[in-house]
Amino acid sequence: MDIIFYIINTLVSILMVVAPLFLIVAYVTYSERKIIGFMQSRMGPTRVGPSGLLQPIADVLKLVSKEIIIPTNANKGIFLTAPMLMLVPSLLVWAVIPLSEFFIISNINAGLLFILALTSLSVYGVILAGWASNSKYAFLGSMRSAAQIIAYEIAMGFALVGVLMLSGSLNLQVIIQEQSGSILNWFWIPLFPLFLIYFIAGVAETNRAPFDVSEGESEIVAGFHVEYSGMAFAMFFLAEYMNLILISILSSIMFFGGWLSPFQGTFLDAYFSFVPGFVWLSLKTLIFIFIFLWLRATLPRYRYDQIMRLGWKVFLPITFFWLTVIGILIYLKYLPL
Amino acid sequence: MNIELITFFIFSFLLIVTSIKVITSPNPVLSAIYLVFSFFLSAVLWLLLGAEFLSIILILVYVGAVMVLFLFVVMMLDINIAKKSAAYIKYLPVGVGVFIIFNVLIIFFFINTFENINYNAINSINVISESNTENLGYVLFTDYIVEFEIAGLILLLGILSAIVLTYRKNPNNKYQNPTEQIDVEKKDRLKIIKGLKE
Repeated sequence: MDIIFYIINTLVSILMVVAPLFLIVAYVTYSERKIIGFMQSRMGPTRVGPSGLLQPIADVLKLVSKEIIIPTNANKGIFLTAPMLMLVPSLLVWAVIPLSEFFIISNINAGLLFILALTSLSVYGVILAGWASNSKYAFLGSMRSAAQIIAYEIAMGFALVGVLMLSGSLNLQVIIQEQSGSILNWFWIPLFPLFLIYFIAGVAETNRAPFDVSEGESEIVAGFHVEYSGMAFAMFFLAEYMNLILISILSSIMFFGGWLSPFQGTFLDAYFSFVPGFVWLSLKTLIFIFIFLWLRATLPRYRYDQIMRLGWKVFLPITFFWLTVIGILIYLKYLPL
Repeated sequence: MNIELITFFIFSFLLIVTSIKVITSPNPVLSAIYLVFSFFLSAVLWLLLGAEFLSIILILVYVGAVMVLFLFVVMMLDINIAKKSAAYIKYLPVGVGVFIIFNVLIIFFFINTFENINYNAINSINVISESNTENLGYVLFTDYIVEFEIAGLILLLGILSAIVLTYRKNPNNKYQNPTEQIDVEKKDRLKIIKGLKE
């Protein structure tokens, strides 16, 4: 009986996370079009519903009702599994993310490693999609993206090693609790270079502008998903935005105290104690999502060799250097604060 | 039957199936994908043993990095369907020979280990916490630090020698010096011409 209760409990908590997530993704696409529109003196979507608010719903209906075209000579099985391989890891990661002090689907001790392992899997969707479509453009796009993701994954992992060194734990709840105290105790101050590298590498991992060489509309049409249509394309689209939200929420957990209140340790803390931790986490995440959209509106695409140079020759040495600095500071007992 | 045993049987059965598929599937890309699956399934088996660090590292390193590079190379090959039957029969005796020798060695090893099992070997390792990850890190960086560092050096040498062996300077290389590109100023690129007359 216990096990049935346990399974039902887990399923309900999974639904509580995943169902809102799809809605959030829909409205992140809407806000992306609106924000970029305003930044470029346009209106963005306005026609469907009041000020275009129903636009994402219309998009979803359109994508669902479209035909999935499978190219001749494509490897059918892999062609159809690739979008799922892209989407599933980014959904799985939510299992270990602490959304508030009390709510986490599975509070495992190796949470940080789990996240690293799963985010390293999304590259399979890209590579297999490019290979299975039997198209030169798709293949070029997937090759570029695979090289880029491998290059930035290493810097990303090393940036998280800094978090691990300061918190002394791989458990995400413990990492957040180690940052409590005040806004000055959050990890972004001692780990500022690592935070910047983590966030930029995160942008590169999600294949978004200015690192979107794998799509590169002006060079290789749409990159790895050029042959996809209908729901299969929608899954790539979903996965991209899911990863965007994921990187934002991870940055706020690792470096900005997760669900901790920013007024902790000041006289304002008492006034804001009624705000649940989830709200603070959402606010921090929204700021990072906004930065993602902002980058896309303002920066031109990197050239391929520049991306490789940035990843291997700039980010990697900086992370090595800063980890050494952190190690020395911990040895001399200046850190953790 | 408890749930762990059921999970073990399901995943080890799948592991055997995918491992056989690695060598029998006609397409090298499919073989590589089956190899990825088998890594996953063996990671689950490790998880069942309570070795969460090793199983996640298996996925992170082998699935997330090594196999991606492997797929990369295999996809570049132009052979989509390997010619089957002739090669199979040709290499079958060698394969069976290796299989038998390997299995006999493993069986001997296990018989020996279980007969002269030394429980103190496990107890003599310093256990500092319940977490598998912390224990492993502690042991690696205290008791086995020399071995660990030597393994790291060997890996570094491997990287360096692979680069030295394969790197050929291409005379048609279109390499651009990034510092030169960044240092460009407005006056280098832009020429303002005055006094154009009709």
